[in-house]
Amino acid sequence: MFFTETIYALTGVALFGLGLRGSLLRRSLLGRILAINICGAGVFLMLVTVAYRGPEQLPDALPHARVLTGIVVAVSATALALALGRRFRETESE
Amino acid sequence: MYLWNLLDFSLAGLALGLGWVATSSRDLKRSVVFFIAFGLLLSLIWARLRAPDLALAEAAIGAGLSGALLLSALRDEPDAATVGDIKRGQIASLVTLLSLLLTATLAWVLVQTLGVADPIRLADQIEAQLRNSGVSNPVTAVLLNFRAYDTLLELAVLLTAVLGILALGPARAPYHAGGPLLSGLIRWLVPLLILIAGYLLWVGAHAPGGAFQAGAMMAAAAVMLRLGGQAGAGLPKPAMQRVALTAGIAAFVAVGVARSAAGYAFLQYPNGWSGILILLIETATTLAIATTLALAYIGGHSGGGEPVDSAVTEPPAGKRN
Repeated sequence: MFFTETIYALTGVALFGLGLRGSLLRRSLLGRILAINICGAGVFLMLVTVAYRGPEQLPDALPHARVLTGIVVAVSATALALALGRRFRETESE
Repeated sequence: MYLWNLLDFSLAGLALGLGWVATSSRDLKRSVVFFIAFGLLLSLIWARLRAPDLALAEAAIGAGLSGALLLSALRDEPDAATVGDIKRGQIASLVTLLSLLLTATLAWVLVQTLGVADPIRLADQIEAQLRNSGVSNPVTAVLLNFRAYDTLLELAVLLTAVLGILALGPARAPYHAGGPLLSGLIRWLVPLLILIAGYLLWVGAHAPGGAFQAGAMMAAAAVMLRLGGQAGAGLPKPAMQRVALTAGIAAFVAVGVARSAAGYAFLQYPNGWSGILILLIETATTLAIATTLALAYIGGHSGGGEPVDSAVTEPPAGKRN
């Protein structure tokens, strides 16, 4: 018998670690950005796990709302990073 | 109960496996594809953890929009599919070791935190005040009422990001017009997506949904149009785009300043008006988020440029020219 919270919390931590390692060890910019996204997904998973209160009770809505904004911010930041990378490559090749 | 644990273990195991391949594969194209699958799996995990609002947003943004964005960026990456992309050697081992150490520490701290018997939560306060918030979906209540400040500032972050993207230069090259099959599909999908966006916006007051999911749906419609060969992705003229981009912040600030002028706290909604004000702000926010995400996908104001094939893989040598 395992607690659901523990399973997902540890998964979140492991994803954070995977993303961190990937963002440091990747050579290409795209690979690094992708790894940072996995890192962020791990953090989101930790937050949502903390909000979970078992099958009977409604979960805590505050972390949910913050993760929701986090998902949108993450995709815009990804787009900005990719745009910066594209610009950098264009400048380099000129 | 054991059946639930079985589900938990399979979801967690799959997430870790997909995350591992996405961060460690030597083939960048494979990483991107696994990342998209990872996003879909994550939305299942949100549903399992009773966060349907997040499941909706993740399926639309985490898997859909990020995936489309990374796939189109993959095109720019030189020889992405062939180079070994992971550094190796002593420094790499050290980085792995330190990451493991940090991960283990974090795991220990988190397990300790989860073990606290009766934590203080804001959930009880949210439940107690939900009647006064003007909506009955607690997540929307937090976003647009209790913590409206945070959401306002988050919109400012989105605006900053998109201004950065617009400042960095013109959009990526547009795609060739799709074949009859794709065009037909888009003709069906785009109105449907806009309809779903309107539904999600309205239903967000009392069920999972809201401005963020609705905005993501509308941005998905723009992505579809762009993939079908419309360079402008169905967006209005640049002047109107600017209005749409700032609509969310403008609505928030207008309400806030009007209330401050009347002698109340900034963003303290008048009694009985919360529902309608929240709907108003959410509508403007949906427009802003949809335009932001669509421009983020296109990568700037759509300029000229020769159209290219929309598939990720290069066409066979004979097909061009």
